Amino acid sequence: MSAANDKRQQELAIDMKQGMDYDELINCMRCGFCLPACPTYRESGGNEAASPRGRIALMKAVVDGIMEPDEDFEKQLSQCLGCRACEPACPSGMKYGFLLEDARDIIQKKKKHSLPVKMLRNVVFNELFPKPNRMRMVSSLLWFYQSTGIQKIAQATHLTKIAPGNLSAMERVLPKVPSPSKMKNRPSHVASEGVAKKKVAFFSGCLMDTMFMDTNDSTLYILSKSNCEIVIPKKQNCCGALHAHSGEKDGAKQLAKENILAFEKVEAEYIISNAGGCGALLVDYGHLLKDDPEWADRAKAFSAKVKDISEVLYEVGMPKMRLEPQTVTYQDSCHLRNVMGTFSAPRKLLQSIEGVTFTEMKDADRCCGSAGVYNIIEQEMSMQILDVKMKDAKATKARTLVTANPGCLLQMKLGIERAGLQKDVRGIHIVDLLAEAVRYAEGQA
Amino acid sequence: MISQDAKKKLQAIVGEENYLDSKQSLVAYSYDATPNYQALPDAVIKPRNTQDVSEIVKVCNEYKIPIVPRGNATNLCAGTCPLEGGIVMIFTLMNQLLELDEENLTVTVQPGLITLDMINAVEAKGLFYPPDPSSMKISTIAGNINEGSGGLRGLKYGVTRDYVIALEVVLPNGNIIRTGGKLAKDVAGYDFTRLMVGSEGTLGVITEATLKLIPKPETKKTMLALYDSLEAAGRTVSKIIANKIIPTTLEFLDQPTIRVVEDFAKIGLPTDVGAVLLIEQDGPLEVVERDIKRMAEICQEENALSVQIAQTDEEGTALTTARRSALSALARLKPTTILEDATVPRSKIAEMVREIEVIAKRNNVQICTFGHAGDGNLHPTCMTDARDKEEMHRVEIAFEEIFEKAIQLGGTITGEHGVGVMKSPYLAWKLGEEGVEAMKTLKMAFDPNNIMNPGKMFAKESRKRVVVNR
Repeated sequence: MSAANDKRQQELAIDMKQGMDYDELINCMRCGFCLPACPTYRESGGNEAASPRGRIALMKAVVDGIMEPDEDFEKQLSQCLGCRACEPACPSGMKYGFLLEDARDIIQKKKKHSLPVKMLRNVVFNELFPKPNRMRMVSSLLWFYQSTGIQKIAQATHLTKIAPGNLSAMERVLPKVPSPSKMKNRPSHVASEGVAKKKVAFFSGCLMDTMFMDTNDSTLYILSKSNCEIVIPKKQNCCGALHAHSGEKDGAKQLAKENILAFEKVEAEYIISNAGGCGALLVDYGHLLKDDPEWADRAKAFSAKVKDISEVLYEVGMPKMRLEPQTVTYQDSCHLRNVMGTFSAPRKLLQSIEGVTFTEMKDADRCCGSAGVYNIIEQEMSMQILDVKMKDAKATKARTLVTANPGCLLQMKLGIERAGLQKDVRGIHIVDLLAEAVRYAEGQA
Repeated sequence: MISQDAKKKLQAIVGEENYLDSKQSLVAYSYDATPNYQALPDAVIKPRNTQDVSEIVKVCNEYKIPIVPRGNATNLCAGTCPLEGGIVMIFTLMNQLLELDEENLTVTVQPGLITLDMINAVEAKGLFYPPDPSSMKISTIAGNINEGSGGLRGLKYGVTRDYVIALEVVLPNGNIIRTGGKLAKDVAGYDFTRLMVGSEGTLGVITEATLKLIPKPETKKTMLALYDSLEAAGRTVSKIIANKIIPTTLEFLDQPTIRVVEDFAKIGLPTDVGAVLLIEQDGPLEVVERDIKRMAEICQEENALSVQIAQTDEEGTALTTARRSALSALARLKPTTILEDATVPRSKIAEMVREIEVIAKRNNVQICTFGHAGDGNLHPTCMTDARDKEEMHRVEIAFEEIFEKAIQLGGTITGEHGVGVMKSPYLAWKLGEEGVEAMKTLKMAFDPNNIMNPGKMFAKESRKRVVVNR
């Protein structure tokens, strides 16, 4: 081991000692109840180090000075999906997700990235996601690529295969991006179709409002149909989830403040999210900013209003929904389920669609392996998890595979391709299916 | 320390990929579910079959390397904490269900099979394996056997010990023996099967187990009774048994536990009641209905404040939530949760619980008690903070006094968690010095080099006890 590496590890150990929440680390009673809930524990063939109990022990061992924060340690923390399925299983109520975020944040700050990685991280975390204009610009490039026929040529000539790993497959499953002009002219207010039952604010997100704009449109459509008045604050920004999970906590905090500010200005009963990953960070703003006296209370008030779209729709009641007879199954978004606690509302909504036979898949609550950028960084483990997931999905014989988060949706589409099921199965976001069902019912009526 | 020489030999047996000694692996296998115990092993090893185990044990015996067999380390007595280093042996590669014999009503499994996975496989065939330790979702069969696990159904059906009928064991010299068989009757020599159950990995390594099964009960009913006083609940327990009814489950929560559970779970339990009994009966519908009705009457006769009988399975599950959430609720209160395991004859339950309250007060520590009232197995649970040395000392004294009282009442220092390191200073309290001596002689006969889970069960020094005679 080089001297420089040695020094870096020493420094990292000190930072861990100072930065980790020791009270939380010792709260783990090591009962092991988290083990069966953890996908990486299972996929690693029962490796204790790849379990939540093990990872907490590793973090604590570093803080206690029992082990150095070596390469293995960093790798093990990087291998965690961050799906937080361990949290509902934990008798002690461990805040595992927060510990992981803290540790990753500390490691990231000490990380000597290679120049290309450093540049890429800078672009992603500082120049792209927090800047809505640029998100639109990149999406526009993708639109250009998709709509000019270049994509078809690239695919036909196997040019896409040049991209590393999954990226070529990913490229095929990306949604059809809307045109630049459409992305620019987003509404800031949508009236309720009938007499408004509730006034809600919509968190439109960065990816959701560009690449997945159709899903956002569906969201506004069904909310309006369900008699909600919707305001969409213009000044809102990316939620910061990607930052928080990748060890860029400061960036996440900055974005949180911008969003709190934007939503404080509107008076709405709920702040609605339609992406499990975003929603989970929004409800955690209170925790993220707990040490900032100026923002702590405001963040808590913001988080208290956050609700997932399916919870709200279930509460206010949907108009009549109908579809061609089909079997539907649902893949939970980990963060939606484990952090926001939403799992029955989406199922009940799907079951209430006339024509739909809802079949629960085995382990629907288990992470699909998408987990933010995990499927790119930890490709091997991600694909292993995905292949198991597709086997379970296939067993339901469902034609429609529903998710509630853009990352999960792309992963499902990738899984469908990998399993060669493109002809028989489609992956779709729940609000798109609900909107489809409302329109179909109206067309029939 | 493991010499390079020994390491090479061990790697040659299992392959390099199944011999782990990175710092990460050593830390990950340095603990079990017992608070306050941690020690790094020198290596972690994954045998693939019985032959591997035998060869590993031979090498360890030659080089005097300690072996700690480990399931999933859910035990609460520090039984799988590698206090003297050596190798932790894990069974993730030996986790298959080998045979489900529907004619002989047995199941034969490898040691690393998860208890619940086995239970599910068995129940799919309409059969039943009654022992249900709370950790069954995580624990392995061999872990249950080594620690002598109990569970919520112990009153009616017995515990792990009562269901193990045959074992394959690798002895500390590397010999492979088979004990018992698929037999109801067998008196050929010493009963090694029973000896191995609860031996905590100190006598050998279990590499295969055959378990007895019974037909799955047709129905099950649950009820919850609330009491003003502990005495009334205690009297109910005695009276139910005196009425010749053996319920599947008879669980109990004391008042501090109820308060904590309600605080946490908000399920509408009255926090001013003195005790709660959770009662379940299973079997043929007519029998279950008759027993539940009679038990409800007994509860009323003993002045229960209320008796709720679950009308549906869902309601039954909702009622058991009260009992099941006890640990969750208690664990959230303070950083360190010490779940103890004193057991008394069931007629002494009320007296024991009252004494625990007195002891807690006297030592100024917070102890809540819940447990298996039907079989007298109590779990006084202390919420504390291991960093507070002064308080930890008081906790220790309180538990000593609790064990003392349990023995005085004709009980024992552990009902289902095992001795491990936690209880080793108290073993002589239960067995007497002569009893411990006899056990040590046995241990030395099996394991003269003391390589099998050393430092467990037998303490270097026993705690002196004021009252020596039982």
